[in-house]
Amino acid sequence: MNTSAIVMMLLAMAVIWGGLALAVISLMRHGAVEDRTENVRRDL
Amino acid sequence: MSTTAGRATEQSDEQRRGAFSSRRVFILAAIGSAVGLGNIWRFPYVAYENGGGAFVVPYLVALLTAGIPFLLLDYAIGHRHRGSAPLSFARLRRGTEGFGWWQVAICFVIAIYYAAVLAWALRYTFFSIDQAWGSDPEAFFFGEFLQAGEVEISTDVVAGVLVPLLIVWLVVIGVMALGVQRGIGVVSLVFIPLLVLAFVVLVVQALLLDGAGTGLDALFTPDWSALTEASVWAAAFGQIFFSLSIGFGIMITYASYVGRREDMTGSGLVVGFSNSSFELLAGIGVFAALGFMAQANGVAVDEVASGGIGLAFIAFPTIISEAPGGALIGVLFFGSLVIAGITSLISVIEVVISAVRDKFDTSRLTATLVVVIPTAVLSLVLFSTTSGIYVLDVVDHFVNQYGILVVALISMLVVAWGLRALTPLGQHLNVHGRPRVGTGWRVLTSVVAPAGLAIVLVLSLKDDFDAPYEDYPTWLLVTFGWLMVVALPLIGFLLARLKWRAGTHLDGPPPGSDPAEPVHATTSATGPDLRKGAEPAQDEGGLR
Repeated sequence: MNTSAIVMMLLAMAVIWGGLALAVISLMRHGAVEDRTENVRRDL
Repeated sequence: MSTTAGRATEQSDEQRRGAFSSRRVFILAAIGSAVGLGNIWRFPYVAYENGGGAFVVPYLVALLTAGIPFLLLDYAIGHRHRGSAPLSFARLRRGTEGFGWWQVAICFVIAIYYAAVLAWALRYTFFSIDQAWGSDPEAFFFGEFLQAGEVEISTDVVAGVLVPLLIVWLVVIGVMALGVQRGIGVVSLVFIPLLVLAFVVLVVQALLLDGAGTGLDALFTPDWSALTEASVWAAAFGQIFFSLSIGFGIMITYASYVGRREDMTGSGLVVGFSNSSFELLAGIGVFAALGFMAQANGVAVDEVASGGIGLAFIAFPTIISEAPGGALIGVLFFGSLVIAGITSLISVIEVVISAVRDKFDTSRLTATLVVVIPTAVLSLVLFSTTSGIYVLDVVDHFVNQYGILVVALISMLVVAWGLRALTPLGQHLNVHGRPRVGTGWRVLTSVVAPAGLAIVLVLSLKDDFDAPYEDYPTWLLVTFGWLMVVALPLIGFLLARLKWRAGTHLDGPPPGSDPAEPVHATTSATGPDLRKGAEPAQDEGGLR
């Protein structure tokens, strides 16, 4: 493979698959915050 | 309305309509809908034809400025109004219900022909084992398999298509009758991980073939000059739009089955990037295999590169015949097409079933039979004959270019500019959604995305007026193309004149649907707890 093709393939992977990873992490963290809030509310 | 009463309404509504048991199930179902045949056989060729590696730029711009904003708009409409496409539009403003039925009519048409392609892929999964197409896959596909003759309407049935098509429809009836969670939800939970696994194995196999690097070179070498061409940007917007299942009722319907306190914005980002992630994976796998095919035949990749039916049923069989471990590649490839297709097909059918249930208050089983049986009969009559492929090609082209695209564009403009509903919809997303949507989302949804779709539409119209699509005869293009796309909105707005079942809440979100209402309330008066972690409302399946 030529260098420019390799760079573009890696770039596409990084942006798209990295974007997916970030979106999943963000969703999980936000969900986790909600869960903790729920627990606090239950204790109250 | 009090919180307790609201919760009771919410619960009874979920029990009546069905619901996904969790956010994870919803996300998998939405991914299942978005990831379809187009991800596998359309994206790689579109990217290759439109700048190769440079296509990443317009593709990402289209995803972030039009695809995901539009996806979130669909989610907001369905999630806030808790209804199928017609009911959600009727709750937005009664006069706009017809747009929902227009979307339902489009889904009905898509289901009719989409099932036929699944039937072909199902048959080819078994053909792959002994490479039944012999030395000439093209002649086998059009001749022996489809028995396609002259471009005419024929009633000669092809048993080799009829039987798998019947199997596809029986599976669809079974899944749809089971309901939202036990049918669609369970299928998505099983099939989406299986699809990813099968495709990863396929890509690894493809990358190990001689010449794979040549194929990837062809796909990813950037042609930066392509970025100055409007058609390349239109191709990117078109690919994102057609790939994400937005604008024709699916995401509105699925979002209406999600608990009211879920993060729809975060879920939308996951679905949008998952869809693109699978497309990228498909591009790598397909072009690695095409690189092998080109090297094995001593030709350049551009001589073997193709998309759509040509890629799946002609190029891939050739690769399967020539590659070491070809049978495995074939089973994985066509099996992936079947899985990706079936999860998309059930989402399309669910739009129709959900609308019928909301409007006429029928049981799940009755609605399934009333919707699926006529759809299956039409599908079998039109596409299991020797003229099936021509009708399919024309219907597919016109319903996509002038059905989905037009209804999406007009309904988006109506919601954004006619009803000025973007602010309340954005506020709804922000109650539990992160990241928050604001002015940027409203600008993208009301200006950028419609402008992108309008350009795609104009370029498509220009192409179709410049030359008849695929040089088909005028009578075929008029009957199954132009007349069909004109009839769909007429049918939609006629259906909107039918009365809603007694007691249907219209004009605004239904009571109990406000996501800002407190999570906790006493449960004694309202039955089972609907809080996170509690048992979800049971989807009734065919019990009523």
